[in-house]
Amino acid sequence: MTGPPPPRSALTRRGLLRASLLGAGAAALTGCSSVSAGLLSTPPDPRSVAYWNLFGGGDGVRMRQMENGYRKANPNIALRSVTLTWGNPYYTKLALSTVGDRPPDVAASHLTRMKTLVQGNLLQELHPEDLERHGITAEKFTSRAWEASLVDGKIYAIPIDTHPFVLYYNTDICARAGLLDADGDLKPIEGPDAFQDALSKAKQVTGQYGATHGITSPSSPPWQLFQTLYAQLGGEVLADDGARIVLDDAKAKQVLDYLRMLTVEKRLMPGSVDYQGAIALFASGAAGFHLNGGWEITTFQEAKMPFSMALVPNIFGGPYKVQADSHTLVLPVRPEKDRAALDRALGFVRSMLDQSLTWAKGGHVPTWLPVANGEAYQTLTPQSQYAAAAASAVYDPPAWYSGSGSNFVNIMGSAVGAVEAGDLSPADAIAQIRSKLAVLAATASPV
Amino acid sequence: MASTEVTGQAGTVAPARTESHTTRSGRSPSGAERERRWSGHGKPALLFLAPFLLLYLLFIIGPAIYGLVMSFFHTSMVNPGLGEFAGFGNYAEVLSSSDFWASLWHTIWFTILTTPPLIVLALVFALLAERARRGRWFFRLAFFLPYILPSAVVALIWIWMYTPELGLLSRAVTSLGFAEPDWLGDPDFAMVSLAVTTVWWTLGFNFVLYLAGLQEVPRELYEASAIDGAGPWQQIRLITVPLLARTTSLVVVLQIIASLKVFDQMYIMTQGGPNFATRSVLQYIFDIGFTDFRSGAAAAASTLFFIVVLAVSAFWLVMTRRQEPEL
Repeated sequence: MTGPPPPRSALTRRGLLRASLLGAGAAALTGCSSVSAGLLSTPPDPRSVAYWNLFGGGDGVRMRQMENGYRKANPNIALRSVTLTWGNPYYTKLALSTVGDRPPDVAASHLTRMKTLVQGNLLQELHPEDLERHGITAEKFTSRAWEASLVDGKIYAIPIDTHPFVLYYNTDICARAGLLDADGDLKPIEGPDAFQDALSKAKQVTGQYGATHGITSPSSPPWQLFQTLYAQLGGEVLADDGARIVLDDAKAKQVLDYLRMLTVEKRLMPGSVDYQGAIALFASGAAGFHLNGGWEITTFQEAKMPFSMALVPNIFGGPYKVQADSHTLVLPVRPEKDRAALDRALGFVRSMLDQSLTWAKGGHVPTWLPVANGEAYQTLTPQSQYAAAAASAVYDPPAWYSGSGSNFVNIMGSAVGAVEAGDLSPADAIAQIRSKLAVLAATASPV
Repeated sequence: MASTEVTGQAGTVAPARTESHTTRSGRSPSGAERERRWSGHGKPALLFLAPFLLLYLLFIIGPAIYGLVMSFFHTSMVNPGLGEFAGFGNYAEVLSSSDFWASLWHTIWFTILTTPPLIVLALVFALLAERARRGRWFFRLAFFLPYILPSAVVALIWIWMYTPELGLLSRAVTSLGFAEPDWLGDPDFAMVSLAVTTVWWTLGFNFVLYLAGLQEVPRELYEASAIDGAGPWQQIRLITVPLLARTTSLVVVLQIIASLKVFDQMYIMTQGGPNFATRSVLQYIFDIGFTDFRSGAAAAASTLFFIVVLAVSAFWLVMTRRQEPEL
C-alpha cells in the first residue's frame, strides 16, 4: 500500500523487549504460588471441600440450591464447587485429576460409570464405620440402588437418586382420548396391544403422533427404551463384566419388531427426530406421550403445559422392569490420608442426602429413605407417581466400555435408533450390534 | 487505493502477496544471496525465535513425540505411565477395524463435499464483493462475519434450522411444496447438511484470502484489456483467475487440511450419528481415546491419520512446485 512510512517510534525494539521481560517477570512472581501449588500438589486449604459435578439445566439450579444449603449449615467450611460438561469430558477430567493427584474431595458420578472408576483404582473405599459417624447406613437407602452401587460387596459410592426412564403424558390430550380415569390419572396400560392402542387414540386427538422420543441423536434414548422392553422379556446383553456377549437374538428381535411397528409401519411415533425435536413436539401438543428420563420434568413445567408422569408401561409382561441409572457421590483417591478431610467430605455427602427433596423435585427418585418415605415426597406430584420404578430399576450391564455416555450405549442406541428410523432391519441391527460389541468384548480392559 | 481493515488483515496471512511482489519486480533471490542473508542474521534471528521455538517444542513437538511413543504401548488414560509394550499391536488393531476405515471415509467424504464449494463460492463472492460500487465494506463484512462465530454457536443455530417438522428450513421447504428431507436424521443426507452448515460458516476465510489476492492484480491489466475490447467475463477468465493461481493453491491446501480436521460440527450436531453415518476419524479417535480410556490405541489412530494428512499435503506441495518452481 502507498501510505506514508510509519513514524520512527521513540521506543526501540530492544527497549520494548526489556520492558516486556520485566513485565513477564513480575507476572511470574505473582502467579508463582498458584503454579507451584499445582505442580507440587500441596494440600489445599484444610477448611474446604472441593466438589465436582456434571449437572446442568434444572438439575444444575437445584444442585446449587443444595450447595447453598450446605454452606449455610457449615459457615466455617469453604465449599468450592465446579460444574463440568456432562458425559465424557467430565469423566475424562475426573480420571485425569485423580491420576494427577489433584482430585476433588467429592465428585458426582453415574452409578454405571462409577464401577469403571473403581476398576481403575480411582475411588476410595468407604468403610461402614466412617459412614456410620455421619449416620449413613445401608438400611437408610432404597435397597435396589444401594446394592447396585456395591462393587464386590464393598462401598465406593453413595447413591443419591434413581433416575428411571418414564412416561410423560399430556393430560388434555389423554383426557380427550379417553385414557384417563376418574381422578385424572392415566389408566393402567399393560401389554403391547394396549400400549399401541393408547398411542393410536392419542394420535387421533393430536392428528400427528401418539408419542415421541429422541431417536436420531444422541443415541441414549433409543437404548433406554430398548433396554426397558428387553429387560421386561428377561433379556441381558453382557456377562462376565463385558467379556461375553449374551444378547438373546429372538428377544431383541421381538423388541425391535415392536418398535419398528410403532414408528415405521403405524407412524404412531416419529422415526427420525432428535432429542430436542422429540421434546418440542410433545411440548407443542403434537403427541400425547413422551418417553424420556424423569429429568426433563423442569422443561415441561417451564413450558406451562398440562402434563403428568407415570411408569413406562409393562409392555412385555414378566416382572416389571425399567431402565434406570443413579447419580452417586464418590470420593476420589487422594495422595494423603487425612481423617478430617474424609469427615468433611462425608459431612457434605450427608448434607446432600438430607436435601434429597430438593433434588427429587427435578424428577429423580430419592434413595435416602428418610426423605423417600417422608410425607413431603409422597405428596409431591407428579414426581412420586413413578417412585416404584426405583425398585424395578435395570442398570446398564457392567463392563469397562459401558455405562452412561459410553460407547456401549452408543452402539446399542445407534442400532435401535436406525431401526426406528427405518434405516436398518431388526436382523441387520442385531448383526451390527454383535459385530461392534465383539470388538470391545475382545479388547483387554484399559483400566 | 485505500485499503480497508479486511484486506489489511488478510495481507498479513496471505504469503501469496509477498511472492507476487518478487515476481512482479522480476527478480528472485539467487541461492548465494539467500545464504548470505541467513548466515548474517543467524544468531539474533534464533534469539528472537527462541520464545516461540521453546513453546513450540514444549507444546507441539514434545506431545507429538510422546503421542508417537504412546502408540506403541497399551497406555490407559486412568493409569499413570505408558503401560505395557504393545509393539505394532495398536496399529494392527486400528488398521483392521472397520470403524476406523468407515470414519476415515466419512472425513474424506466431508472433505470432498466441502472443499469445491468453499473454493468456488469464496472466489465468486470475492469477485462480486470487489465489483460492488457502493457499500463494499458491508459485503466484505457480511461474508466474513459467520467465520468469527464459535463452532458451538453455529451448530446450535443450524440444529434449530434443521429440526424436522418445526425448524425454519423444513417450513420453508414444505411451504414450497417439496417433501422435507430429514436434514440430520437421514444417514444419507446428514453429511450433506453438515457440509452446508460448514460452507456457510467457514466461507469467510477463503473469501478474505481471495479478496487479498484480488488487490494484487494490477489495475493496468484491466485497463489495457478493456482498450483491447475485452468484456468483464473475459477479464475474469483470462486475467483474474490465472493471476489468482497462487492464492488458489494456498486456499486449496489450507481448505483440504481444515476439512480433514473436522470434528466440532459432527460432535455437536449429530454426535457422529445417525447410526455412525457422520462419525469423523477425529471423533473415532476421541471415542477410543477419551470414552474408552484407551490412549495408546487412540495415539496409533492419530498417527495413521497424521500420515494421511501429511501425504495429502505433500502431494499438493509437489504438484504446485512442479507448477511454480519458486514456491
